[in-house]
Amino acid sequence: MADPLLRVENLVRRFGGIVATDHVSLEVARGELHAIIGPNGAGKTTLISQLTGQLLPHAGAIYLAGQDITRVPAWRRSALGLARSFQITSLLPDFNALDNVALAAQAHDGHSFRFWGNARKESGLRATALAALERVGLGARANTLVSKLSHGEQRELELAVALATSPQLLLLDEPMAGLGITESARMVKLLQELRREVTIVLVEHDMDAVFALADRISVMVYGRVIASGAPSEIRQNEDVKRAYLGEQHAVTRDG
Amino acid sequence: MKDQLNVRNAVVLLVLAGLLLLPLYTSMSGNVFALTLFTRIVIFALAASSLNLIMGYGGMMSFGHAAYLGIGGYAVGILAAEGIGSGFVQWPVALLSSALFALVVGALCLRTRGVYFIMITLAFAQMAYYVASALSRYGGDDGLTIYKRSDFGGLINLSNRVQFYYLCLGCLYGGIYLIWRIVNSRFGLVVQGLRSNEARMQAIGFPATRYRLVCFVIAGTLCGLAGALLANNTDFISPAVMYWTRSGDLMVMVILGGMGTLFGPVVGAIVYLVLEEFLSQVTEYWALIMGPLLLLIVLFGRGGIVGVLGRFSRG
Repeated sequence: MADPLLRVENLVRRFGGIVATDHVSLEVARGELHAIIGPNGAGKTTLISQLTGQLLPHAGAIYLAGQDITRVPAWRRSALGLARSFQITSLLPDFNALDNVALAAQAHDGHSFRFWGNARKESGLRATALAALERVGLGARANTLVSKLSHGEQRELELAVALATSPQLLLLDEPMAGLGITESARMVKLLQELRREVTIVLVEHDMDAVFALADRISVMVYGRVIASGAPSEIRQNEDVKRAYLGEQHAVTRDG
Repeated sequence: MKDQLNVRNAVVLLVLAGLLLLPLYTSMSGNVFALTLFTRIVIFALAASSLNLIMGYGGMMSFGHAAYLGIGGYAVGILAAEGIGSGFVQWPVALLSSALFALVVGALCLRTRGVYFIMITLAFAQMAYYVASALSRYGGDDGLTIYKRSDFGGLINLSNRVQFYYLCLGCLYGGIYLIWRIVNSRFGLVVQGLRSNEARMQAIGFPATRYRLVCFVIAGTLCGLAGALLANNTDFISPAVMYWTRSGDLMVMVILGGMGTLFGPVVGAIVYLVLEEFLSQVTEYWALIMGPLLLLIVLFGRGGIVGVLGRFSRG
């Protein structure tokens, strides 16, 4: 990997006495789907939040396409081609689906200090937004208020919003969270299509999905990456088996 | 869906037409008092509309909006006292100083959220209040009498009641039109998106604070205009205009009429000020009646009067 799209070096983030991210180093190559797995509380979301800039790390560095973005604010990282979906659905609930996506397209179409023209009548933005909605299968729900969409549809909308920013790197924080079996299957199918177009970092609990999708997997336990490799290697790794897969059963059974 | 003749639109249309035709009624009936009252109402409707832009659409609960009424008013008053009577100087100064104050206050306050934002905007308005009280050259606590209204040459005579009323109404309708354009523009969608979910807006690439700040400045400037009108209307400006209860009045008008609706603040200002006028004639303790009334609206009429009318017309 001569030129990884994303490189994380010795990232550290503490919350009081807890080290949520403990010297994490990670490389994601262009075009790969890199899954991050680990039991609840392993620090996966904390890591994602530092990658997107919602949280600042206490030490270490993050490079996107060779550029140091460790201290770059969240909104500017988006302009650099980083998009995320949230573990807990985070959309604009009092806007309709199309507006949510159109705003994402608008964010990447110059500044928005335009006070006069009706933004909802700008055909360029609307077309981009509608295309992204159709991409995730929500074309028919364009004019539905987000708060009226089902949970599964909201997860898909999260994806459409991220896609509308035409990202280089898509950070997906548990896109399958709370989805039923059929909805999950649809999401896996969708991700399988998307991975051909964009580099993806996927945090997910659904092991079937992860092993079906990932090119490489990193395993996090207590804020550390204990193993990183192809799915087959991870399956064979003794550390992972002991520290994670065994524990994971306990975790998923009561969750 | 749009352009429907429902109850809400009918009421709004009636109110707008009524305001437009009011001088006709007063000249026929000779009821000068109504014109005086409604001139005041129209000015406060403009101030409330500007507050609604940040509070209703932008989710910024400013508790210091009356400060701009005072700054706009004092710009007119001080310039008049110094012998500069031209409205072409007074009004731009009023707008610019309001904008500048909003820029400074906004830049500091918008780092905070929620209750802290409310408290800091309040603190800045009180600061403006005490500064005005200390201006002994310009009347201090007692306020400043404006002996001559802003002079716009032969263009318009502000001392003529009807002309002045129509100037105020023109400013109100123009202000509402401006807000309508802004709310539906790219900028307006961003500001409303930030009200809805700031983290999401940041994640898709919008720098929150600078959009909020620009919105805050626009609202302050618009309220400064209302301040310049108010000073001309009363021929007087005093620190009391900036007192925190005045900011509270503006908030009540917005909430009463309907936060985040285009015409809510107009309806709110009319209902609030008319009620105040008539209840205070009935009893000195009019606030005792007004209070529970407000409580009822807030508890049962979410979305204010305009919101209730909207629901009523849907079913």
